[in-house]
Amino acid sequence: MNDAILEMRNISKSFPGVQALDGVEFSVRRAEIHCLVGENGAGKSTLMKILSGVHPYGSYEGAIIYEGQEVRFQTIADSEKAGIAIIYQELAQFPELSVYENIFVGHPIAKDGVINWNETINRAQQLLKRVRLDVNPSMPIKHLGVGKRQLIEIAKALSKDVRLLILDEPTAALNDDDSEHLLDLLRELKQQGVTSILISHRLREVVQIADTITVLRDGKTICTLDNGERQVTERDIIRHMVGREIENIYPPRSKAASEETVLDIRDWTVIDPQTGRQILTNINLHVNKGEIVGLAGLMGAGRTELSLSVFGNTPKYKLVSGQISLAGQPIDARHPGDAIAKGLAYVTEDRKRNGLILGQNIRFNLTIAALHKLVDGAVINENKETVEAGELKENMNIRAPSIWQYVRNLSGGNQQKTSVAKWLYAQPRMLILDEPTRGIDVGAKFEIYTLMNRLVEEGMSILMISSELLEVLGMSDRIYVMSEGTITGELPASEASEQKIMALATRTLEDSP
Amino acid sequence: MTDSAEKKNAMTAGTISLRGLVRENVRTYAMYLVLAVLFIVFGIATKGLFLSPRNITDLINQTGYVAVLAIGMTCILIIQHIDLSVGYVAGFLGAVSATLMNRGWSLLAVLPTILVLGVLIGMYQGFLVSRVKVPAFVTTLAGQFIFRGLLLLVTAASGTIIVRDKSFRALANGFIPSIARMGGDGAHLLTLLIGLAGIVLVIVTQIRARRNRRKYLIRDISPAAFAVKLVFLTSLVALITWVLASYQGLPWTAVVIGIVLFGYNFILNKTPLGRNIYAIGGNKEAAELSGIRVERVTFIVFASMSMLAALAGIMFTSRLASATPAAGTGFELDAIASSYIGGVAVSGGVGKVTNTIIGALVIMSLTNGMNLLGVDISFQYIVKGVIFVLAVAFDVISRSK
Repeated sequence: MNDAILEMRNISKSFPGVQALDGVEFSVRRAEIHCLVGENGAGKSTLMKILSGVHPYGSYEGAIIYEGQEVRFQTIADSEKAGIAIIYQELAQFPELSVYENIFVGHPIAKDGVINWNETINRAQQLLKRVRLDVNPSMPIKHLGVGKRQLIEIAKALSKDVRLLILDEPTAALNDDDSEHLLDLLRELKQQGVTSILISHRLREVVQIADTITVLRDGKTICTLDNGERQVTERDIIRHMVGREIENIYPPRSKAASEETVLDIRDWTVIDPQTGRQILTNINLHVNKGEIVGLAGLMGAGRTELSLSVFGNTPKYKLVSGQISLAGQPIDARHPGDAIAKGLAYVTEDRKRNGLILGQNIRFNLTIAALHKLVDGAVINENKETVEAGELKENMNIRAPSIWQYVRNLSGGNQQKTSVAKWLYAQPRMLILDEPTRGIDVGAKFEIYTLMNRLVEEGMSILMISSELLEVLGMSDRIYVMSEGTITGELPASEASEQKIMALATRTLEDSP
Repeated sequence: MTDSAEKKNAMTAGTISLRGLVRENVRTYAMYLVLAVLFIVFGIATKGLFLSPRNITDLINQTGYVAVLAIGMTCILIIQHIDLSVGYVAGFLGAVSATLMNRGWSLLAVLPTILVLGVLIGMYQGFLVSRVKVPAFVTTLAGQFIFRGLLLLVTAASGTIIVRDKSFRALANGFIPSIARMGGDGAHLLTLLIGLAGIVLVIVTQIRARRNRRKYLIRDISPAAFAVKLVFLTSLVALITWVLASYQGLPWTAVVIGIVLFGYNFILNKTPLGRNIYAIGGNKEAAELSGIRVERVTFIVFASMSMLAALAGIMFTSRLASATPAAGTGFELDAIASSYIGGVAVSGGVGKVTNTIIGALVIMSLTNGMNLLGVDISFQYIVKGVIFVLAVAFDVISRSK
């Protein structure tokens, strides 16, 4: 194969206690879009980190052949010099700096140690045109949405004359329009001779854009599929990813919800105390016992703000009017602790940022929200804690050698399961799940869905915030749609469709009656 | 002391070998090794003087106030804050305690009064940090100025305040009473008895903890490793007991350190408050959303820090039998260095007060040893600074792996 720009041969890498990669073969042709898919923990990110020099030569086994020569990258700088750029899921940007500064940070256009700002802005403008982004290059990027920031990262890569562009879950945080724009850009770059490797969980995108698809599972290459004629289906990929057919990704539920209201939110209006801006307007919402209610909407519609303000995160949100009751009892939560005591739980959308304590072990994380269950006198009963955490770990199928494993070392799916399990330990009546399956693989998703069904069958109630329309449609009994801080519609699952939800989600305050 | 370290490695089946134990605890053992090397080097350089029972007793007495400060500082650093005011809070309240003693108050009245004053100071600083959200660095830097000024005010009239009260002096210079001396002028009997009790306590608690782990099927260290650990711990206690008993016995300072250490170790490891402290240090936002009242815990930690600073102030004043206008200068650095040398992570969330005591011993052994060798104070500062920064660098590197 002499048209291969990259061949990774027999790559193996292990971390303490984990064989992350086991003889992976990965070959990418010049000027193609190559998608790398696999469950979380399959080894995709590790493979790309080896390629970009984050894991230096010597820390892995096997050989990397790039542009016909064996390369041994020691640092990211080495791989960048060779024309390889990697764009991570979590963008490494400087929010206070301008667009052009962000593009040229690390490799300024300078002469004799003095930066030529005029030339920098000039070049930035050209690059922005190339990625079809119409923004003022002097604007601080904190004012830009995540989709535009993604494009700036690509512009940055282009400024370094990139030949091989690696994108790790670029569309995970984007809405459909922004994703489409990004994928169009990748197609254009392909025409210009840039090769892209795309890691993505959005299989629908993958089958649309990929020329070739490589599936990893448990650190091994399962297969490489030619998608030149767009002949691969999502189902094919899923089968290879999980090694089994998933009949229905949304498992059926056997028991219907009752009519008894558990969570009742009335006339909920909230402002941001710092800016005085109204974040939430007159929200009315209820969840019944044993019911899964979906809360759909685009990013920035105010769904997370609604949950956090209900959950008692008061310094950030100032309540103007409204009341909540849980199982008939009014709640006046001034702190998450109050809300938890009343039987409310909130699983955050960003488990790493504010869900888990990564530097502590599984046991610590599982019990931290309900230590009162373990206190004898004033002392934590650690033996009881160990037993109960162990049971919970088994029950939730958190895959790790033991409860002493640091949460940092778990895969995304297992971290998410830990994050949910921690709240189940607190035995809430009402569980708010914010993007419960973001960035986790198909197998773990299925487990989370099954768990949600089991919980509501046992009488818990769930409010699920999700940006994935299919997930909202597949799991909910009833759906609320939010836009611009208010509820624009309520649909029973039987009447809901993607089109109806999108129409409500894009409705603005002026449109609504 | 190594209980939770073991548990970290423990799984639900099989046992951990001696080698495994060492490998998993490199960071902790490295610190013991440094302390052992310091003892040997200073022992040889001073021709045994450093290791004499008299000097070891002195070392403990010197370490007292730093150890107490460092225990509080460990909690502060775990929750990712800092307290730069502790030195002058100690100096100021030490001077107040001297003044009160000289006005005829009894030690039993002065001690609680000063501790309460410490708590009040800590509440003031804790309020600013946790509620008003003034960065701890700024709050306590301002505190450094304020309490230094107050110290100068208290000592303005007389300069150095000398305390003549015997009970007050005994606090950091005296020893527990002896029931009898073995063989007339021999070893200190009560110290020996306490040492013996200590050995029994170590054996009983270790075996009980092990039996408990068995019962709950927690993976444990192998019998051989357990035996080595027991022998090591008991001989250490025996050795210290023997050294102290052959001089004047157990110093009151050691008793004070022991009580503070036990209390803080208990709170950090066994109570919800301790868990919450570690959780806040590990991820403040996640802690808040888990229902932990971050403001309240921060407030409590600052209040406790200044209470310990008050105690340290009394100990230091007692040690010198006087309060001076310069008392407290640089204490905060010794306390912070002890914590970091003792393994508190620079990024917060991790740290043990038991190891902090070892850190404090390292710092004070350096001071004591170099004093015995007649090393100039300027070089002492440089050596301490270098050791401090090396310890943190070692910590950062070993954690990034």
